[in-house]
Amino acid sequence: MKLIFERSVPGHGCSVLPECDVPTVIPEGFCRQSRPRLPQISENDLSRHYTELAKQTHGVNDGFYPLGSCTMKYNPKINERAAALPGFTGVHPLQPEEDAQGCLEVMHRMETMLCGITGMDAMSLQPAAGAHGEFTGLLLIKAYHKSRGDERRTKIIVPDSAHGTNPASAAMAGFSIVNVPSAADGCVDLNALQTAVGEDTAGLMLTNPNTVGLFDKNILQITDIVHKAGGLCYYDGANLNAVMDIARPGDMGFDCMHLNLHKTFSTPHGGGGPGSGPCGCKDFLAPFLPGPRIVRNETAYCMEYQNTSVGSVKAFYGNFLVVVKALSYLCMLGREGVREASCNAVLNANYMMHGLSDLYDMAFDETCMHEFVMSLEKLKHDTGVSALDAAKAMLDYGIHPPTMYFPLIVHEALMVEPTETESRETLDEAIAIYREIFQKAHENPDALHHTPAHTPIGRPDEVAAARKPVIRYDYEAVLSEND
Amino acid sequence: MNFPKELHYVKSHEWVKKEGGTVTIGISDYAQDALGDLVFVNLPEPGDEVTAGEPFADVESVKAVSDIFSPVTGVICEVNEELLDHPELINHSPYDAWFIKVEQVTEEEEYLDAEAYEAFTAEEAEE
Repeated sequence: MKLIFERSVPGHGCSVLPECDVPTVIPEGFCRQSRPRLPQISENDLSRHYTELAKQTHGVNDGFYPLGSCTMKYNPKINERAAALPGFTGVHPLQPEEDAQGCLEVMHRMETMLCGITGMDAMSLQPAAGAHGEFTGLLLIKAYHKSRGDERRTKIIVPDSAHGTNPASAAMAGFSIVNVPSAADGCVDLNALQTAVGEDTAGLMLTNPNTVGLFDKNILQITDIVHKAGGLCYYDGANLNAVMDIARPGDMGFDCMHLNLHKTFSTPHGGGGPGSGPCGCKDFLAPFLPGPRIVRNETAYCMEYQNTSVGSVKAFYGNFLVVVKALSYLCMLGREGVREASCNAVLNANYMMHGLSDLYDMAFDETCMHEFVMSLEKLKHDTGVSALDAAKAMLDYGIHPPTMYFPLIVHEALMVEPTETESRETLDEAIAIYREIFQKAHENPDALHHTPAHTPIGRPDEVAAARKPVIRYDYEAVLSEND
Repeated sequence: MNFPKELHYVKSHEWVKKEGGTVTIGISDYAQDALGDLVFVNLPEPGDEVTAGEPFADVESVKAVSDIFSPVTGVICEVNEELLDHPELINHSPYDAWFIKVEQVTEEEEYLDAEAYEAFTAEEAEE
């Protein structure tokens, strides 16, 4: 399809604004000398351009989307309705507290519910996404050690199965990273952890269930080892969908954590964001939380600013409308529904795993939580068909592939997270497709190297895209071509 | 797969060439094949110290970022900066595309010869 720049026709446009009659106050030196080269396009053409783009994408509304560790669950329409209420969309962030009581109540209720689900004591809704929440949590850990004059603690321990954002966030927060290898069962190696902790340990970052879809049964020992060494424990909430109202990070010994409202709490993500990554903590870390704290006094909700805070991590109150959507989701589920959602997420993952385990090798052959990891190493060895080939082949069936080549500790990994919002029929259909691809790999492996054949784009050259990225429209090349 | 006889190898898949007091370090044919097409390389600076068994560089493929480990302890005297602009050289000819040269070597890991290393990679592929 054409780029928006290629649709541009000089003189076309959709602005109906009158000439500006306000005197320009920008000093000469700061004004640009030439007009910006923006596409000139009519509203009708513009609308068609984005409709065409939208037709080429695959979202949760188009079909199965079992992207592991991403929790691509259905986004209920009622969330959008709640977030579109004029009381929420028309409010200004600098409006006086007494005019915005409804919005403050939304935030306060959300914080309370999230604390209930996680076992944390306090929550900030300010971070805009998961990694942002991680970064905020690490700032809390840093501020805590500093407040005690314990500045030797510069290291964050991260298992080798962790989400890539964990070490990245820790490095951003100024820590150095200590990587601990996983044990053969995919869980934390207690001996390796015991050796890794010491007087320089600031904390540990962990997700439980972990990235191979297993609940680490040693979790109380793990957090105890870190606490005894003087460190704190950070919970990566990316996999919370497996354990809502069943096991709480706060009870596992974690001191702070983040949540992904755009995963676990059904708000859009994956290009459809924006996200929201609330950061929660135990009481002793609460004085360091960013942004204003929303408190309820006898008559009203109000905002309290703490001078011990690590400071704001985003303007005002984070992505407030995302919080409205997530609250709507929780209110619709109710207390019982939250637990049921997690139970069904685990059931769906196990149902799919059992439908595939006679053909595909499971990285860890035991009951999984909300996701499971297959290793296509043997398939690649026997047929030459890699995890990438199998994933690409799925696109031709109109379903989105699972996460590939993650976690790094499993070779030729495909990581499947169906979520609770898929029906048994959809799961059966997906199982049939995965099985058919397995057969095809043995019968005609060559064909699979050239999939997908029926998508708008076949196989993009990922290597060229990474080595020589073209990230800007090249006007000069087009102009000289036209000359 | 190609494993030149005149080189030494370590189990983390780097090769070592010894000439006088200088040690040249790169990654093996097996390593570049397992990593896939490399798109980015992070290198240290001359004068930096390396420690046997510790990472000194990292490489990025379309799949993942991986550490490259030093088989020796010493001081870097030269860095192959050509790799920064042309990481594909590592895929094309892993034994010409050296990463660093190290002097003042005080410690070396246990080396495998080409034959033993080839047997080790075959074992690893089986697992």
